[in-house]
Amino acid sequence: MKKHFTGPAIFLDRSDINTDEIIPAKYLTEVTKDALKPYILEDLKLEGFDPNGATLKNAKVVITRANFGCGSSREHAPWVFEVNDIHTIIAESYARIFRQNMFNGGMLAIELPKEEIEKLFTLKPQGDVEIAVDLDKQIITAAAGQECIGIPFELSPFDKALVAAGGWVDFADARY
Amino acid sequence: MGKTIAEKIFAAHLRDEPFPGAKVLSLDRVLCHEITTPVAIADLQARGKDRVFDRSKIKAVIDHVTPSKDSKTALQAKMLRDWARHHEITDFFDVGHNGVCHAIFPEKGYIRPGFTVIMGDSHTCTHGAFGAFAAGVGTTDLEVGILKGVCAFREPATIRINLTGTLSPKVYAKDVILFVIGQLGVNGATDRVIEFRGPVIEAMSMESRMTLCNMAIEAGGTSGICLPDMTTVDYLWPFISGEFASREAALADYQQWWSDDDAVYEKTLDFDISTLEPMVTFGFKPDCVKPVREMAGAPVDQIYIGTCTNGRIEDLREAAAILKGKTISANVRGIVSPATPKIFQQAMQEGIIDIFMSAGFCVTNPTCGACLGMSNGVLAEGEVCASTSNRNFNGRMGKGGMVHLMSPATAAATAITGVLTDPRSL
Repeated sequence: MKKHFTGPAIFLDRSDINTDEIIPAKYLTEVTKDALKPYILEDLKLEGFDPNGATLKNAKVVITRANFGCGSSREHAPWVFEVNDIHTIIAESYARIFRQNMFNGGMLAIELPKEEIEKLFTLKPQGDVEIAVDLDKQIITAAAGQECIGIPFELSPFDKALVAAGGWVDFADARY
Repeated sequence: MGKTIAEKIFAAHLRDEPFPGAKVLSLDRVLCHEITTPVAIADLQARGKDRVFDRSKIKAVIDHVTPSKDSKTALQAKMLRDWARHHEITDFFDVGHNGVCHAIFPEKGYIRPGFTVIMGDSHTCTHGAFGAFAAGVGTTDLEVGILKGVCAFREPATIRINLTGTLSPKVYAKDVILFVIGQLGVNGATDRVIEFRGPVIEAMSMESRMTLCNMAIEAGGTSGICLPDMTTVDYLWPFISGEFASREAALADYQQWWSDDDAVYEKTLDFDISTLEPMVTFGFKPDCVKPVREMAGAPVDQIYIGTCTNGRIEDLREAAAILKGKTISANVRGIVSPATPKIFQQAMQEGIIDIFMSAGFCVTNPTCGACLGMSNGVLAEGEVCASTSNRNFNGRMGKGGMVHLMSPATAAATAITGVLTDPRSL
């Protein structure tokens, strides 16, 4: 599936959002990615957040705080975002396995310093926030109402290669 | 400049560095279970690449939901079973022979010092107890591991934790690791290896070291790791006696992996654990830790003893020592899951199963079951479990349920009273 890194954002304003909140273990009995689709963030309890709401339904990008995706190694967590058409996550930091799983699937887990994440959160009151990620220039453009900000980000050459290859299986298969 | 044990293992296994900092390691073990492997199998099949890099290095077990509870879990088990048969993966453990992955694979002697180990399971860090670099990975890493025998990592820095002093009675490895996670925080070791050192570790059994390393991931750690010593050799001896002339020779060989005296650590933390008390978690993160004493009296609905953290024979012995001749509170239900058939049998022979059953515990077959709310003890909304497992996330054991993590001794004491209880107070 072709990945995209642009679109409306949803804000999840808490650190340490774990994989059980992203996709509860009881759904790990599914053997296809598509079957996970309805259960995205089902157990996440967060003020103003509705797992069945329009904001999540329309979102293409998640913006969140530190240590996102901690806990289980389940790739079902990135997959449930993938099948819900969310291919970009922007956070202050990630759990290692979750982050690797995102890039292994050809998706983006962008890490930004706390101040830059804060800047993105300050856009939220102005209405819908639209994110565009320029992978070549390594700049995130965030637009809300009349405001538009650009935030540069870092991406290792390896992570970039994984995204370009469409994931680790294709990369590794071609190389080893 | 010297190297840490993790750096030595990385150097010995480096297969490729496609970009600076991206280390592709060759793998000694690719471990599989029925939850995360079937999707990898299906993808390999869809790509027309249904192959395995080395069937002797791949080990597989059905452990998370076993025997299967419904059609979906039966399909997962079948996919793993059919695949293992097709590829002649002889180290495959099915109903009757299966146990919790991080208990059964070490028990079979599959993990050796200096090994690289991956599995599609976050608690793979357990195997670092043997002086291996062992990391939980996702299904894609697992898939590439199965196909190519490699996995990519950013080389992790190491946090060294020196543990000195002597553990007080009724204080165990579980209390130590809960304390350490409380100190580090849930992401205090992200992208890091945690190297456990000091006289406390040297005095610990392999079972205790596994309990310790098992929870490295709860601080974000890529792998926990202990230096292999004579305790490691003794544990492995039935499996390695053909490889070495003597135990001393085995130890001498394994010492090649020891961190050098001048190895560089990102940081070193020293803890004297002589005054450490039995610990318990509160809330929904494993770094929310307090002495049990401060939480004493909080009611619980269920006691769960087992899992890859604390389902080994030593754990069952600790709990049984407290339960012997007692019955559990009428307000709670007790569940114990010996982690492997061997442990189950040993517990029967030692009279431990009898103690649990006489106390009013339900004894289940070896499985991950309730730990992640999949079977054999799922909580109802609003219920609380005193558990020897490793994760207390909101809803982990069932939607709306809450989990307190603790040692088997504390869980047993809590079973008797029906409220959180310091095992020293009984």
